[in-house]
Amino acid sequence: MGNRTPLYQMHLDAGAKMVDFGGWDMPLHYGSQIEEHLMVRADSGVFDVSHMTVVDVAGSDASAFLQYLLANDVAKLTKPGKGLYSCMLNEQGGVIDDLIVYLRANGGYRVIVNAATRESDIAWMQKVAADFDVSVDPAEGYVMLAVQGPTAVKKAIPLLPAELHEAAEALKPFQACENDNVFVARTGYTGEDGLEVVLPATDGLEFWVRLLTEDVKPAGLGARDTLRLEAGLNLYGQDMDASVTPLESGLAWTVAWDPADRDFIGRAALEAQKAAGPEQRFVGLLLQGRGIMRHGQRVVTAAGDGEITSGSFSPTMEQTIALARVPAAADGECQVEIRNKLIDARIVKPAFVRKGQILD
Amino acid sequence: MSEIPEDLKYTQDHEWLRIEEDGSVTVGITDHAQEALGELVFVELPEEGQDVGKGDACAVVESVKAASDVYSPLSGTVSDINGDLADEPEKVNGSPYEDGWLFRITPQNEDELEGLMDTVAYEEFLSGIED
Repeated sequence: MGNRTPLYQMHLDAGAKMVDFGGWDMPLHYGSQIEEHLMVRADSGVFDVSHMTVVDVAGSDASAFLQYLLANDVAKLTKPGKGLYSCMLNEQGGVIDDLIVYLRANGGYRVIVNAATRESDIAWMQKVAADFDVSVDPAEGYVMLAVQGPTAVKKAIPLLPAELHEAAEALKPFQACENDNVFVARTGYTGEDGLEVVLPATDGLEFWVRLLTEDVKPAGLGARDTLRLEAGLNLYGQDMDASVTPLESGLAWTVAWDPADRDFIGRAALEAQKAAGPEQRFVGLLLQGRGIMRHGQRVVTAAGDGEITSGSFSPTMEQTIALARVPAAADGECQVEIRNKLIDARIVKPAFVRKGQILD
Repeated sequence: MSEIPEDLKYTQDHEWLRIEEDGSVTVGITDHAQEALGELVFVELPEEGQDVGKGDACAVVESVKAASDVYSPLSGTVSDINGDLADEPEKVNGSPYEDGWLFRITPQNEDELEGLMDTVAYEEFLSGIED
């Protein structure tokens, strides 16, 4: 038996097919992954993401610590409630994890990292923290729900504590507000509008029940994966890991090079790679022939071989799509090896669907 | 509990076989198999006229999540394939024993039919692997 979120029984009650995900028993779907996917694109859905790790960072050196720990620069968080997506790198520039960090009203920061990397992330953060006046505390006993879709914000806000209604209405993308242990961010992992809400477990159970009563249906990790793939959002452990840098993972935009004198872990390695020019780049693929692209398949290009990092069937586009790492010079036509056959494919930008619309 | 029709034969790979009046054998995947795989989005079938050996991977069924091989339960020649599945792979989920059949084989060796399970045996086999 794996770890269970406080909503475990709720998932069973909703008819979930449970699977192991990074040591957690999580809902794969509640009947139809494809229907859940399309429902989030067209209307709304709620995901239990309580397996993700909330880490609170506080202390007089909190900013200096995060400026050294992260490849993006928390100095961009100019007022409380702002959030920032960043990679956390090792000295070689390899990605230890990707995360979102928020500045809080109390001057501290809230960092949300992946479930599968929980222990290694916390160990790394605490090791780096030893040289700073800072505390790194994993928050326990919370439920995290992602309410996603074009109608999600409108449906979810009235179900939040009344004190948060006004602030939640005013949130712009990548902003958060909080009150009395309830934390609300206008973020997500689906390419749709939505909220991610962190709240104490008992309040979380109640929020889940109220969402379902208001016709926000549950969606599983299966739909979450195809939604994020269509949106071109990387999945840690699949699209990038400690063996590659952000520059090879389509995440160069998350590296804050300025100010030039900000030292951060991995900076020297990234600068050297940037100067030499990364050997690989991160792209999207569309298949011209028949088949389904999958993680690990070989991509044959005129500039050499690459590899698919994430591939699946896209319910929105009704065709197969993939993210891949290919030689830097590769472009245009290529081929994907599926069961010993080379199928024609085309290199495109690594984003396929946003806000319900198929991108060109 | 999944549906297990009585007039069919079954394999441990969760395929079913129907012996047709003309002696050919229709092959598909069981209700249990389609349920375990989830919603199918792609089916790759053998070529008509292709010779297959018992145990050869000769078709692929892919759900949103993963691809799974389908093994030929018999040696013989593929005499027909279910062309509808190219555009409607979901028929395998909706009707695994009827509209969702995969391919038809003219068997080379009738003896190979002997080792297959009947409904009762497959039901017992399933109860051994299901909780």
